[in-house]
Amino acid sequence: MKETLLGDRDTILRAEDITVVKNKKTILKEVSLDIKKGECLGLVGPNGSGKSTLLKTISLLEKPTSGRLYWEGQLLPAKIPMSLRHKIAIVFQEPLLLNKNVFQNVALGLKFRRLPKKEIKARVEYWLEAFGISHLAKQHAHSLSGGEAQRTSLARAFALNPQILFLDEPFSALDAPTIEELLVDLKKVFESTGVTTLVVSHNFRDINRLTHRMLVMLDGRIKASGTKEEILSQQHDQETQSFLTQLVQN
Amino acid sequence: MELIWKGIVEAFRLIFSGDPEVFGITLLTLKVSGMATLISLILGLPLGTVIGLCRFPGRKFILSIVNSSMGLPPVVVGLWVSIFLWRSGPFGFLNIMYTPTAIIIAQSVIACPLIIGLSAAALQQTSEKIRLQILALGANKFQYLLLLLGEIKMSLMAAVIAGFGAVISEVGASMAVGGNIKGYTRVLTTATVLEVSKGQFDVAIALSIILCILAFTVTAILTMLQQKRQGG
Repeated sequence: MKETLLGDRDTILRAEDITVVKNKKTILKEVSLDIKKGECLGLVGPNGSGKSTLLKTISLLEKPTSGRLYWEGQLLPAKIPMSLRHKIAIVFQEPLLLNKNVFQNVALGLKFRRLPKKEIKARVEYWLEAFGISHLAKQHAHSLSGGEAQRTSLARAFALNPQILFLDEPFSALDAPTIEELLVDLKKVFESTGVTTLVVSHNFRDINRLTHRMLVMLDGRIKASGTKEEILSQQHDQETQSFLTQLVQN
Repeated sequence: MELIWKGIVEAFRLIFSGDPEVFGITLLTLKVSGMATLISLILGLPLGTVIGLCRFPGRKFILSIVNSSMGLPPVVVGLWVSIFLWRSGPFGFLNIMYTPTAIIIAQSVIACPLIIGLSAAALQQTSEKIRLQILALGANKFQYLLLLLGEIKMSLMAAVIAGFGAVISEVGASMAVGGNIKGYTRVLTTATVLEVSKGQFDVAIALSIILCILAFTVTAILTMLQQKRQGG
């Protein structure tokens, strides 16, 4: 990684002028953002606004068409080193569990990091307990309910002890009571770990309960940022205002 | 009816009397078809993986050839393998024409397209999201492939079952490149054809029953392995 001039020591990940073009369509238009160490940042926007593409890009899963990414002030090279990938964890909208039991699913990323067996066992057991799914350890992942599967997916991500955790609409496939239970547990885990997190959602209320500040994304651009109160008190263009009004009403 | 009954009785007599010739033919059949399936898996799986996961010019054309080859008539394979292994052919110097090795080669050619085509289709069908999730967990290329193959193990076993089924039941290729030499290259299918041509229907029925039992047993074992769920 090349040394650069970035001075803000609190910033763990910085994206500058990120543009993503897919099939001749511009999905992200010169997006810039900072993720500070220890913060929980929310990203809201309507379907098709580019939230998931931004998440995939800044979580280093997809390369941007143009723009720069910095990790702790250092410009990232085109080929991302595996050691850096291992500092990131992602939870997708769907739990995406593999054809294994719950324990094996949670242990998977740790095995990829070649951790000692004892440590893998200890970490997996700890996070299964933290998400209240210890009793499901030996159950096949494909036989879990939606809530149980998403808890497994979260335990799998937290077990990696990531420096940044990305959550891509983790509640969208769940029913209201399950979301409520998960929000309570997740809030506790965030407070106890202090892990830097970016949560993508289209639900203002859920995201407001978890995050310190949020970004509003529309049509491939970041249109507003700040706390819920700050965002709602700001002046916005008509499209953003209309989206925010809808969001608050929902 | 009497002929069929005689055939069934003869089959049981041959099986339970431990007839050395039938035992030898059965063992060779299992050895040759098992080896051919294994070779086609070793060659076919990497090729299927490349075709299923990589995008390169001519991929669709290659896939069309592979898919068409799934129904390649064994006798045609036998003819072409014979031409290649014939004394004056390009591989004539190997001197393996009319040997069990020649049958293994021909049967591998028959099974390989099945393994390539079915594994490529299974890999192609894996969800893009699951692939992304495996990468997101920090897998390197080798770990990624291994895990993805684990995800399609049901389809892979189906490909192995199809490959084994195709080679154990074929007769044209074994006859052409093996020559049906008694005690050396005679397998259950070629032996059955010979007995039919001699009008020995009871022995032919007996051999066909043994062939069916063998094919069923191996397929049942593979199916049980396929259906075994991990950790469930």
